This record gives sequence, C-alpha cells and structure tokens, in this order.
Amino acid sequence: MTENQDVPILKPIRDVGIVGYGAYIPRYRLPAREVARVWKAGTGGLSIEEKAVAGLDEDVITMSIEAARNALDRADIDPSEIRAVWVGSESHPYAVKPTSTVVAESIGATPHTQAADWEFACKAGTEAMQAAIGFVGSDMAHFALAIGMDTAQGRPGDPLEYTAAAGGAAFLLGPAEISLAVIEGSYSYATDTPDFFRRAEEKYPEHGERFTGEPAYFKHITSAAETLMQAMDSSPSDFQHVIFHQPNTKFPKRVGRLLGFTDEQIKTGLLVPIIGNVYAGSSLVGLTAVLDVAEPDERILLVSYGSGAGSDAMSLRTTTLLPERRDRAPKTYDYISRRTEIDYATYARYHGKITMK
Amino acid sequence: MEISRHWRLKRQRYALIGEVCPHCQKKIFPPRDICPECSEDARTLYQFSGRGEVYSYTTVYQAPSGYEANAPYTVALVKLVEGPMLTAQLTDLGDEPIEVGMPVEMVTRKLRSDGERGMLVYGYKFRPRLIEASE
Ligand SMILES: [Zn+2]
Repeated sequence: MTENQDVPILKPIRDVGIVGYGAYIPRYRLPAREVARVWKAGTGGLSIEEKAVAGLDEDVITMSIEAARNALDRADIDPSEIRAVWVGSESHPYAVKPTSTVVAESIGATPHTQAADWEFACKAGTEAMQAAIGFVGSDMAHFALAIGMDTAQGRPGDPLEYTAAAGGAAFLLGPAEISLAVIEGSYSYATDTPDFFRRAEEKYPEHGERFTGEPAYFKHITSAAETLMQAMDSSPSDFQHVIFHQPNTKFPKRVGRLLGFTDEQIKTGLLVPIIGNVYAGSSLVGLTAVLDVAEPDERILLVSYGSGAGSDAMSLRTTTLLPERRDRAPKTYDYISRRTEIDYATYARYHGKITMK
Repeated sequence: MEISRHWRLKRQRYALIGEVCPHCQKKIFPPRDICPECSEDARTLYQFSGRGEVYSYTTVYQAPSGYEANAPYTVALVKLVEGPMLTAQLTDLGDEPIEVGMPVEMVTRKLRSDGERGMLVYGYKFRPRLIEASE
C-alpha cells in the first residue's frame, strides 16, 4: 500500500457543519505540585500546572448532558429532530448499559433517535463526530449529536495521575447552510500499535513505554494531518488555528512544529496546562475554546489521537453565524475560571481511591 | 430498588419537566395532572428553565442509606422563576457561602447508586449560576 497517493478524503454528498457546540469542565482542580507532594516529596518536573477533576456526583453521563445542553442552546433547534446521540469515552459509567440513552432522554431527543457509545481511547469523540458527519451528509438525518467526554484516571503515583483529567465537549452536526462552522473534509489514519491499553476488568491503564512517542502519537498525527492537507491542497499557513490531542504540553507543541505550524496557531486551543488531559474530550475542548473566539471565515485544523492507535483529522471553516451563537451558552473559559482547588486527600475521596468497606 | 419507578419519574427528574395548566397558565412541578390553582385538568408538559433561587436550606450530616458518600451536603428549598417550589440538593458550592436568595440553576447529577452493583440514579440538583448575568 502506498501512502498519500490519491488517498480520498472523507467528504459527504451533502455539506455538513457544526450547528451548535458546548464544552463542559468540572469545577475542581488538582495542582500537579500536590500530586508531586504526595508521591515525590515535591520533586520532579511537572508537565502541567493543574488538572480538572469531577465532583462526587459527576460522571461521563452528567458531564455529557451539560455539554449537550450547551450545544442545543447554541443551535436553538427542536431536540426531537436529533436522529443520533453518540458519546465517545473510555470512562462510561456502566460496562453494559449505554451512556447515550440517558443523555438522549435528558435533552429530549428520545425516542426517535439512534443512541450509541463509542470507544477508541482518546479519539472516541472525533470518530463519533465523523460518523455524525456521515449520518447527516448522507441525508439519513438532519441533526446528529457527537460527544467526547472523559473522567480519566491514572494509577496512584503513576505519571498519568498528574494529567488524567475530566471534561469534554458536544457538537451538534447539521446542514452546512445553518452551521457556525462547515466541515471542509476529514481523514482517518489507523494502525495496530500497542502504545497504551487497559484490559476489560482492570481499573487503571498500562502504557507500552517504547511505543508512546514516535511510532504512536507523532506518526499518526503527522500522517493524518499531512494527508488531509495535501488532499485539500492546503498548507499550515492556510489555517488560523490548529488543535492536536494534548496528553501533555510538550507533545502538541512539538508535533505542531514538525508539521510547520507556529506556536501562535496552537495557542488558543491548547488547554492541557490548565485542565489536564481530558482524553476523548482533549482535542474537542480545544476546538470549543477556538470557536469561542474565532472570527467568521477562519480555517481550523483539528487532529485527534487515540492509543491503539489512530488519528482523525478534520478541516473546518467558520461562518458568519458563529459570533451570535457563541453567546447563547457558557464558554469554555467560563468553566475554566470557575475553579476550586482541592488537595490529594479530597481527590482520593472523590475518585474512590479510598476503600471504606 | 424499584427500577420501574425510576423509569416513570425520569423525565421530571432528568430535565425538570412539569406541567402547565391550559386554563390558568399556572406552572406545576412536580406534575400532578390537576391544577392546584383552579382544580382543572392540567396535563400539558412544560419544560422549566431550571433557574431559581434558594428559599431556605439546611446541611445534612447524617445521610440516609444510599447517600452516605455525599455527606455532608446541603439540601435547599428552591423557588423556580416560573413559580413552583421544590426540594433539591445543592452541588458545586466550592467555597461560596450559601445565602437565602442566592440565584441557582438546575444541573443533572448522580443522586445515588444502589451499591457497587446496582443502578445509578440521576436527577436534578442545583448549583450557583455559572454566569451571573443569566436571567
Ligand atoms: Zn389552572
């Protein structure tokens, strides 16, 4: 198989766009220095400042409901017209029983709707988005809702515990004519790469050390981004904003430079230093932060990454409908600035790391 | 516990859906199919905005079975902007002091779980309004 030669990008028959979007980030923050205090007596380099942590009564279902309500407030459509509610996550509250049906019921999308949960590590949200593009683009549906949301967990003391965070975003896909951002095209790149995994019965994930950097994150993101840009006859300078999956601060900045993007293009969508890695929501809250401030007719490149491994790349162009719609619901930074710092003991209690019986 | 009862209540619990009286326009929550104002039939569904204010509140230290993990927590009488008064837990208070008259908004949260193996029950709670200016 040859790479990049006449690879068709994913483009639906009917043009599709984002009609409404909504972010959700919980209130609590665990500073990285607090994790270091407990496990490393305050020493060691910290890759982020702090991470967002879900409250005792929050999970992927409740967080998805709020993000979905924000997306609907922006779209201002009748929720009974939504024909698909798809939630991508690696922390669905139930092993068997969909997250999506509770979300669909809460927003008034039931019963004439598809409902399903998606999984593919940190790219479960973007793949739900791509499927929604297909659903609307084929005219099977007028509206489809795609969500990427996680309450990520790391084993106590593991490097992941500094960054594994909670948050995500919802996107209502619909006809391009009524969209605040039009999807110009997308492309997916996937291989069998064992960089990170969690067996079905295990609580915490494992990482295959040798695989985490070059052959995984960097290879998949650069391949997806380069193929999409080439197929669309575009180059990095054609985009005002670029958003990558952000497991830490270093990786997205480095992959951006590798591809020829400037720090300026990455800046607006880079939230990992202040909220952590929200897994399936990671690149998606980056996108909501960009949509919160972008001007009409700006181009945005979004590239997710999911361990296992794969990347979805998407090119978007904002429309004149964006400025009026973004003020209809709380913005990404409204959630980020609502901040209550917690200590490690409270964090342990919130996340069931203390066994009480 | 009774799974079928949770299922019947889910619309009012998840999304604060009540009724509006077609005769006198009174907004009714929880739904009771008869208007408390004019005693006529009232079965028209009504989606409440979820906005209201704290009318009174109390802190629960000794939680009933199923709610222990949340204790201590605050339960409030919330007066919805549409009129009805309801009892609900307050959440996401952070360090903010609770005050009578404090503007709050509805969020759907985990109310309880029936043990490690049981069902998770979701429903409305109220939190301080995220954006102060919102009406
Ligand atoms: Zn009446």
